[in-house]
Amino acid sequence: MSPKTLYDKIWDAHVAHEAEDGTCLLYIDRHLVHEVTSPQAFEGLRMSGRKVHAPDKTIAVPDHNVPTTLDRAKGIENAESRIQVEALDKNAKEFGVHYYPVSDVRQGIVHIVGPEQGWTLPGMTVVCGDSHTATHGAFGALAHGIGTSEVEHVLATQTLIQKKSKNMKVEIPGKLTPGVPAKDITLAVIGETGTAGGTGYVIEYCGEAIRDLSMEGRMTVCNMAIEGGARAGLIAPDETTFAYVKGRPHAPKGAQWEAALTWWKTLYTDEGAHFDKVVTLRGEDIQPVVTWGTSPEDVLPITGTVPFPEDFKGGKVEAAKRSIEYMGLTPGQKLTDIEIDTVFIGSCTNGRIEDLRAVADVVKGKKIKDGMRAMIVPGSGLVRAQAEEEGLAEIFKEAGFEWRLAGCSMCLAMNPDQLSEGERCAATSNRNFEGRQGYKGRTHLVSPAMAAAAALTGKLTDIRELI
Amino acid sequence: MEKFEKLTGVAAPMPLVNIDTDMIIPKVFLKSIQRTGFGKNLFDEMRYNRDGTEIPDFVLNKPQYRSAQILVAGDNFGCGSSREHAPWAIADFGIKCVVSTSFADIFFNNCFKNGILPIVLPQEQVDLLMKDAEKGENARMTVDLEAQEITTSDGDVVKFDVDAFKKHCLLEGLDDIGQTLQKEAAIETYETKMAQERPWV
Ligand code: SF4
Repeated sequence: MSPKTLYDKIWDAHVAHEAEDGTCLLYIDRHLVHEVTSPQAFEGLRMSGRKVHAPDKTIAVPDHNVPTTLDRAKGIENAESRIQVEALDKNAKEFGVHYYPVSDVRQGIVHIVGPEQGWTLPGMTVVCGDSHTATHGAFGALAHGIGTSEVEHVLATQTLIQKKSKNMKVEIPGKLTPGVPAKDITLAVIGETGTAGGTGYVIEYCGEAIRDLSMEGRMTVCNMAIEGGARAGLIAPDETTFAYVKGRPHAPKGAQWEAALTWWKTLYTDEGAHFDKVVTLRGEDIQPVVTWGTSPEDVLPITGTVPFPEDFKGGKVEAAKRSIEYMGLTPGQKLTDIEIDTVFIGSCTNGRIEDLRAVADVVKGKKIKDGMRAMIVPGSGLVRAQAEEEGLAEIFKEAGFEWRLAGCSMCLAMNPDQLSEGERCAATSNRNFEGRQGYKGRTHLVSPAMAAAAALTGKLTDIRELI
Repeated sequence: MEKFEKLTGVAAPMPLVNIDTDMIIPKVFLKSIQRTGFGKNLFDEMRYNRDGTEIPDFVLNKPQYRSAQILVAGDNFGCGSSREHAPWAIADFGIKCVVSTSFADIFFNNCFKNGILPIVLPQEQVDLLMKDAEKGENARMTVDLEAQEITTSDGDVVKFDVDAFKKHCLLEGLDDIGQTLQKEAAIETYETKMAQERPWV
């Protein structure tokens, strides 16, 4: 048998039917659902009198529209947002899928809840009507976002009509240096490959720096595979993965655990397997980075300066000019001189407990800069509860942060958490597009520790100076 | 999905070129939770004043075209964003067939997913149909998908091409889901096998 990549193995294990032209019906093991992209899909089922094929493999949770203020039990003010959340309440009940309503302590961002509850397991196929489904690739699961018609297709058939992508390897040999977490790896890779570098590929991340990461760090890396244009990102499961999964509510137990483990241990890329593209970055060379523009590929080390548009080639010259103007920056300006109005810590990229610990390490016993608006939005109710138990919440509140309830919040500003015109934010989320965090808002993507540092100093700050 | 059978109905003329999906359904309507109900907002900004009253000159507001089932349109119909809300709005209004010299690619494919037949014809034939449509209510056209021909109210016959597979799906009323469900046996076989091999899933 010819050697296979991890992607090849997971793909092959899920083909339920293959047509002559190579179009496959890929079986879907887990379908995650949130309130924004699902209402029409459920409506479609209703109109055609269809049922959810496998309600037991379908997990729904509202996250995008939910308020994160402490008084949210009193309901959602915006009528359209409220209706979308209520529609999910109703659909989940009517179609009998697993559901975590706003009132449930386990509610949170769909990509945080899935792994936390043990729904996401190695070797699975996982889809969601959301591009950051890539997150689940951290478990060695083939996970990607889909559109509303496809959501309905998966609900009705538990399969997806797919053609296979190409294989790409992103290798990070060596060790990371202090002050450089997973977020910097994933941003640095996008800076290297560009936002279209992964188009048509499924990426497998590997190498010592990836192996050394915790599961949470791996989720941060895979989360942004989509910003690199890839269909999905994958990391081969190992002891770190198994230890994380074990004992979670929906993870297999007893004899099934042993059987699962036996199969999971075969999920790695065989020696000599073919990759269509290979990118290598040395761990030691990765520095704390920050985005200066309005594309996730606009990445520079924090020690750098705002680029000159003329430094770019082709169509990027115009784009850089537009970005710099939108961001209100001056070419040549030191990145560490950029003043920040707001700090947002959260999202499916960096809203997990380790991210919050990293923030607490930086801000413990200190105060955020006067006039700074800073909020921490845990990725799930359970992350919030744990942070309170560990005393992190007290540290945040004493430092001057707002300590919120779980949701997507200012990552996409569909709820009331938004930037105002011209407001500049250091954010731990994944997208810095024009208007992403609010009309004319300005976003710099950073790691949690760098966001914490910016909250203290009021400027983009090299975290290495604070440790 | 409803089967696309022989369609006889009023055709509305919209000679404007580059009608984009923002014109078809403006983005303020995307926060809806429905796939249906967009028909009343089809061409919203062209069709209504800011106060919600109808603009009488707009073709679909004219008495003779209010129940149009066919649209004869200018070049490059459906360009712009990929929103599936555009074909949803067209279908919800009751239009089942759009004729033009060309369509934007994504829109074209989205039509088939929603039971709408988009027909591409050379300019002079679109002109002929446009003239026929302009006659109003009495000018009922017939679109015969099986025979791949349109018959005007004067009895002129225009032949058209359509992808064989897509034609089959429309005729049978098969959407992607419908077709996948035809392979239900394969899915069940897979599930039975997996219940043995990976019971923890
Ligand atoms: S946190 Fe942001 S990126 Fe993640 S699912 Fe929510 S909106 Fe999408």
